[in-house]
Amino acid sequence: MTNRVINWFRYASPQTFYPLAGKLIPCFWTLAGIFAVVGLGIGFLLAPTDAQQGEGYRIIFLHVPASWMSMFIYLVMAFWAAIGLAFHTRLSGMMASALAPTGALFAFLSLWTGALWGKPMWGTWWVWDARLTSELILLFLYIGFIALQAAIDDPRRADRAGAILALVGVVNVPIIYFSVKWWNTLHQGASVSLGKAPSMAAQMLWGMLFCALACWMYSIAIALMRVRNIMLERERHTEWVRALLAQAE
Amino acid sequence: MLISIRAVIGRDLRLAMRRQADILAAMFFFIIVVSLFPLGVGPEPEQLRKLAPGVLWVAALLATMLSLPRLFADDHRDGTLEQMALAPQPLGLMVLGKLIAHWLVAGLPLVLLAPVLGIQFDLSGDGLAVLTLSLLIGTPALSGIGAIGAALTLGVRGGGVLLSVLVLPLYIPVLIFGAGAVDATLTGLGPQAHLSLLGAMALGGVFFAPWPTAAALRVALE
Repeated sequence: MTNRVINWFRYASPQTFYPLAGKLIPCFWTLAGIFAVVGLGIGFLLAPTDAQQGEGYRIIFLHVPASWMSMFIYLVMAFWAAIGLAFHTRLSGMMASALAPTGALFAFLSLWTGALWGKPMWGTWWVWDARLTSELILLFLYIGFIALQAAIDDPRRADRAGAILALVGVVNVPIIYFSVKWWNTLHQGASVSLGKAPSMAAQMLWGMLFCALACWMYSIAIALMRVRNIMLERERHTEWVRALLAQAE
Repeated sequence: MLISIRAVIGRDLRLAMRRQADILAAMFFFIIVVSLFPLGVGPEPEQLRKLAPGVLWVAALLATMLSLPRLFADDHRDGTLEQMALAPQPLGLMVLGKLIAHWLVAGLPLVLLAPVLGIQFDLSGDGLAVLTLSLLIGTPALSGIGAIGAALTLGVRGGGVLLSVLVLPLYIPVLIFGAGAVDATLTGLGPQAHLSLLGAMALGGVFFAPWPTAAALRVALE
């Protein structure tokens, strides 16, 4: 038991995490590539054409994973932010700021692919539907987090201020989600709901799951790459970064 | 504890009274923004009645935003905030006092102005009453959530714009239920559900906001 505790803390320091991340990144890229090929293969070659939506529904293989990841990454980001705030570990704040751009990207992708899907299916790019609105607010929360961190020069202060914001945002996420839901049902009734395939064929589901795994692996890989850059940037005055750079030259 | 809260409220109110131009500017901002809408969308009473809750609430959010940067900035500049952080009383309590003072100075005037502006939009008596009530219940939540943003952006580059980017998304639930209460009255559904949820948010906001605000202030003071 004690062994494991020591092992965990060993990688909480940037110096030890940097090479570990470097070793992990190719694994996650490979996994992401495999999952993407399998998922898209199932999605485009095996999954049947939808009875109601025709071929247009196939954007689901990007849309749904992107939406899932945008919400999941926010939770992970808030988790690291909380750890950083509670234990003052340097790496946690770096992880949180490394995750934010990827989360924002997925939130944007989800809105974008949703609009592309909505146009042929609903006949409109955008409706003030519950899910669309809450996803848009999520994107705003990401942008606020990134903007706050970018505006503060001292990285330690930026980490802690961002952490407080991320935690306040996480409290707000369910409130936003439910409030928009109630607001929506009270106002315009259930005129538009997210276009669901009546009964999802098994191939569609599997394709979607593999694509979600691909997005997940991609997020980890890209976040690790970004966290490595942040580490180098912030720790550039330390011995180990200098030694690393000397080695590289 | 109550004494220290009361002392902070009294001090902030006295300071605000000596700089009345700031309060008046936010109030006139509210009035002007609301008055712009009939000019922009046309004066048909039918349309204005439909727009009124949303317009008044959005204008209230913006007017509150306008007064937020001053919540801590002056105290930060002259060192009062550091003294508050060093005081034996918890910083959260001081923040609560400042919140209450901020609401009295920036929130309450909006509540009092709202019925007059509502008449411009041809709202019925019921609508006006619920609008005022919803603002009365909702504006404390705006002060509470806004204080967190004000503390986070304290002394940060481009603080004012950043503050709106951080705070406005968090204001959305208050906006939805505040405007929703008036809409529900106008359509005959009754505002009780919206007002109850708004009240819950205001209580939660005022109760919990001092903690993250105090934490953010300590980060800013480091």
